[in-house]
Amino acid sequence: MPIRFLDAGESCLVAELGDRIDIALNLQVRALGLAVERAWLAGVQEAVPTYRSLAIYYDPLVIGRDALKNQVQSLRDSLGDEGEKAPKIMEIPTVYGGEHGPDLDFVAGHTGFSQDEVIRLHTEPLYHVYMLGFMAGFAYLGGLPERLSVPRLATPRLKVPAGSVGIAGTQTGVYPLESPGGWRIIGRTHLRLFDASDQVPTPILPGDKVRFVRIEKREYQKGASGSP
Amino acid sequence: MEALEVVRPGLLSTVQDRGRVGYQKYGVPTSGAMDHTAFRAANLLVDNEESAAALEATGEGPALRALTDLVVAIVGADMEPHLNGRPIESGAAMGVRRGQLLELGRARQGLRAYLAIAGGIDVPVLLGSRSTCLPAAFGGFHGRALRTGDCLPVGVTGTRPLEITGRRLPAGWWGAPHEVLTLRVILGPQEDRFTPEGIETFLTGTYRLAPEMDRMGVRLQGPPIAHRSGADIISDSIPWGAIQVPADGQPIVLLADRQTTGGYTKIGVILREDTYRLAQATPGQIVRFCRASVQEAHAAWRAYEAKCQALLQSWQRWGDRRSYALRLGGRSYRVGVQEGKGMYRVAIEERVEGEPKKGE
Repeated sequence: MPIRFLDAGESCLVAELGDRIDIALNLQVRALGLAVERAWLAGVQEAVPTYRSLAIYYDPLVIGRDALKNQVQSLRDSLGDEGEKAPKIMEIPTVYGGEHGPDLDFVAGHTGFSQDEVIRLHTEPLYHVYMLGFMAGFAYLGGLPERLSVPRLATPRLKVPAGSVGIAGTQTGVYPLESPGGWRIIGRTHLRLFDASDQVPTPILPGDKVRFVRIEKREYQKGASGSP
Repeated sequence: MEALEVVRPGLLSTVQDRGRVGYQKYGVPTSGAMDHTAFRAANLLVDNEESAAALEATGEGPALRALTDLVVAIVGADMEPHLNGRPIESGAAMGVRRGQLLELGRARQGLRAYLAIAGGIDVPVLLGSRSTCLPAAFGGFHGRALRTGDCLPVGVTGTRPLEITGRRLPAGWWGAPHEVLTLRVILGPQEDRFTPEGIETFLTGTYRLAPEMDRMGVRLQGPPIAHRSGADIISDSIPWGAIQVPADGQPIVLLADRQTTGGYTKIGVILREDTYRLAQATPGQIVRFCRASVQEAHAAWRAYEAKCQALLQSWQRWGDRRSYALRLGGRSYRVGVQEGKGMYRVAIEERVEGEPKKGE
């Protein structure tokens, strides 16, 4: 299939494979990203997979843009059918509500469910990791039940603690770092989602599946303090 | 080796290098020096590898006490540098003695100055770089801007001060932005999401730098750029220099510490060399955009690289070696002197017995 190539400046070529959010399409992007990395093309610095496109950063003094296009197209042509093959499943132990999930009450009120039902609905799906981005270690997850859709905060919080689990619109996700944020925070995990001292600095990768697992506060405290 | 103690940290002084390549797929910003032109020249002046880390001072520079003898160079914004209370030159390599106080003041022209130290600032390499990543609080000096009392380590250097002090940037090699800063832009990747009038507005309008600016990006104010159908896209990668246009039509330029992905339409991407100029602009700066093709951008990149390479070569070009006799405490030495551009290389060649011959 021909790729739609777009220039994003003088040293970034975007290979767009489609124009929608779709797991099969996203897996093709991921496969093309891995193929580009494994080809070790001279002058290619990095490949960043997103929902439906791959951004390829290159040094134009080493590889020309047309040569790069041809290489990427032929890598694409030689890819097989990239179905979902036994993805890695990451469990995210999460303590819901209370001090760790100050907006659980709001989400329950807004959606008309009880707090327990909100937690059950949130822990039910196997979420697809479309991509990482926005901030270090942040995973864009797909699969939040529409019934849990809630508006963002009118005024974002100045500080959301690392590990906070939030909902905004039709998205859910975990803040890997302390940061400002406008999502509704329903829980928190002690999992460390970004570690700069590790060459692969995040445990969740594109193409993985994620499940939230409800834990009790004392389990969270045990995990957070690092004891087994 | 601890080499510099922070006496006064300045407004925002961070350790930066060429940036972090290969980790955007994990959401990690590239970081790195905002003005590579000045950063690179500073490193070249003190004979560092181009990957060496330097100090980026913003708005108002730091005061630093030398804990050992150093060779340094300052390039970029004019922060009226002083050494032990005496004004010193920017854009030149110079020796600093142990105990001396190096002070950078408020930027009079430009915004960011780079202090390179021979040997490079020797903070740990994290994810392939020594750059400070402020949004994720890692890298550089403990993941943060410098504070009073911090001691910066410097790497081992093979550079002998004699060989490089006196190196000087040619006049006009680096300059702060003019009254109107024209930035060359490659349109896309989402230029088709704007109306023809919107593109016209963008390419003919005059924009002003808003006060909201940091290492992540700068906001511009001016005639609103019209979208065809909304400002949102399916989130994708954001290159250095990308110009996002949210629904209000006011452009935002994303730079070193930018988020790696985002969901606003990008009307274009500024040429790298021009983003370095933008990094020296202060609020109120007038900015215009002019369209460039990818081919033109690549030609400009080649010319820019050649300019940087020529700089290094100009210092490495040495004249013929001439021999001189030197008498010290009753002994004679033969000393070789080579003249390069703006500097000398002096080496004792041998000890000579007896009186030197005439004519030497």
